[in-house]
Amino acid sequence: MSKTLLDELIEAGEYVLPGTTACPGCGSSLALRYVLKALGKDTILVIPACCASVYQAIYPKVAFNVITYNVAFASAAAVASGVRQALDYKGYEDVNVVVWGGDGGLIDIGAATVSGAAERNENIFVICYDNEAYMNTGIQRSGSTPPGARTTTTPLGKVVGFKKPMAFLMLLHGVPYVATANIAYPTDLYEKVKKGKAVKGFKFIHIFSPCPPGWRFDDSKTIEVARLAVETGYWILWEGRNVEGKIEFKLSPQSKPYLDPSKRKPIEEFLKYQGRFRGFKEESIRRIKEWMNIQWNLVKSMLRLSEEK
Amino acid sequence: MRMEIRDVITGNDAAAWGARLSRVEVIAAYPITPQTTIVEKLSEWVDKGEFDARFIAVESEHSAMSAIIGASAAGARAFTATSSQGLLYMMEMVSWAAGARTPVVTAIVNRALGPPWNIWTDQTDALMARDAGWIQFWASNNQEVLDSIIQAYRVAEDKHVILPAMVMLGGFVLSHTAMPVVIHDQEKVDEYLPPYDPPHYVLNPKISKPFAYGNILFPWDYAKVRLAIQKAMENAVDVIKKAAKEFHEIFGIWHGDLIKEAYTDGAEIVIMGLGEVAEQAEATVEHLRQNGLKVGVVKVRVTRPFPKREIAKIADNVSHVIVIDRNISFGWGGILAGEVKATLHEYNVDTPVTAKIMGIGGDDILPEHIEKIVKELIK
Repeated sequence: MSKTLLDELIEAGEYVLPGTTACPGCGSSLALRYVLKALGKDTILVIPACCASVYQAIYPKVAFNVITYNVAFASAAAVASGVRQALDYKGYEDVNVVVWGGDGGLIDIGAATVSGAAERNENIFVICYDNEAYMNTGIQRSGSTPPGARTTTTPLGKVVGFKKPMAFLMLLHGVPYVATANIAYPTDLYEKVKKGKAVKGFKFIHIFSPCPPGWRFDDSKTIEVARLAVETGYWILWEGRNVEGKIEFKLSPQSKPYLDPSKRKPIEEFLKYQGRFRGFKEESIRRIKEWMNIQWNLVKSMLRLSEEK
Repeated sequence: MRMEIRDVITGNDAAAWGARLSRVEVIAAYPITPQTTIVEKLSEWVDKGEFDARFIAVESEHSAMSAIIGASAAGARAFTATSSQGLLYMMEMVSWAAGARTPVVTAIVNRALGPPWNIWTDQTDALMARDAGWIQFWASNNQEVLDSIIQAYRVAEDKHVILPAMVMLGGFVLSHTAMPVVIHDQEKVDEYLPPYDPPHYVLNPKISKPFAYGNILFPWDYAKVRLAIQKAMENAVDVIKKAAKEFHEIFGIWHGDLIKEAYTDGAEIVIMGLGEVAEQAEATVEHLRQNGLKVGVVKVRVTRPFPKREIAKIADNVSHVIVIDRNISFGWGGILAGEVKATLHEYNVDTPVTAKIMGIGGDDILPEHIEKIVKELIK
């Protein structure tokens, strides 16, 4: 019997070792485990200020079994670019250089740096675990926080803008590989990282990663919350490639049914689990639905573009 | 090709040659006047295949410094150049480079800070990086620009130092002014500056086993890490002296080490300054000496580590010190003057110090201005 993807994932080496200082139910450390299983030992992590700078453990210990380089908040994609160029210059083209950071570091303060590295098509991975706020500093709003979510800087759930569609922005840079993922679908994440690894050039993977203390839900429910994000159509799993000037866009099988809105679970099911949406106002629900509509319309136009000859 | 070239080139071309002769491997840069022509020259050489290096045209100075930190941590010799606002924009990573112990070298073409916009020279930009943990060289002519970059790598990469270094040159006064420069024979430079051999783990899983750098630590460990930077700075004093001496032996050129003295023998007054300001003072003093005035000049070539012992010794032997600053710390005064005064206090030297701020934002410092200060003192 041939091996399934799940067998492969289970058997792959472990590079997130016991002894992380992550919170119970942490989505990000789980995501990193799958990512490193896909990448293997010849990997360098470049980590901006984020939860991973803390959950890697405190000096002189470290719970990651790959080279880990901590850098300033906005700098990660640029540091990784320098690492990449130095390694290529010295003939080490087969080493994976990976930026691992949160939405604050990669979608907010470091967005220009990520965009620059993407535009130069640096042969690096930028992988963002999106927990939708500045969790490490104590749950402040970021450019990736959904409208109406309570954070410590939107304590009453004030609606501020929309969640930034970073993966689409990356795709529009014309880079060779962009994907969204979700920790509730580990084989999908694993496979997407593998696909990215096989591609030379800039890779962006955007992972939906719930945060129990930040989103105010029980730490046993991380996977359920993550799965509901897909089943309600809030988070869409897709991958896009730029092949010779043509964007090849694919909706991942897990999200395919939800192209039809009637198949989606009501968004309230996703929201009700989370204390950050408690006492959610009508305006906020309307805004989240508007935002979802924009995302699905983007998906549909990408699919159409992709089908054009 | 074993030969040296004698040419008339600008300070910026001299900086580019300094980087090229140092065989830098990764360059990351962002444009800003008056620095731009340094990296234009380097990218031209790289593009034409005349010079084997990687050039990353990044989207900001912050990223330029970030990229060369990454390159250096992966074991490459790395370079960038900037000015003024560019240096301030990268300042977070300037400080980071020292903490990360990446021995990168950066050319700083001094330029006034805005607003209002002013592209002319002023030393305040680089002096804002004084406390960041970088070795600071100040070049006073174009030959010294080229040679200081080579020496800066030699010092920065010394295993007793492993700190970043910056080499300053005055905007336009040096950067865009052509002067005769000897472009050294590459083989001689290779003899002086061997390839970078990091004495620590590098970001390369084929060479180093898994490790983490920069993760969170407790205050007592942090203090040790910061103390190590101070020790490295202290070590740099002797390393700079040795680097200057050996440079002189191989190339026959002496720019001084931490300082360069001119006409200090028998001087009653010495003038101290940085870079092209000190060069101008030297030219003035040459003339004053011919008129029988006992004046000397100390070019403060290095501001970090600060040459305390050397400056105290010279000041102790004269009756008056004049410090000319082309910079200002608002609410304090000239920055070099402050350093000199603190040094004299530490070494119990009571020679009076006259502090003058001149030439802010590129205003000319003319010989008659310097002469006037000296004559007022004698009167």
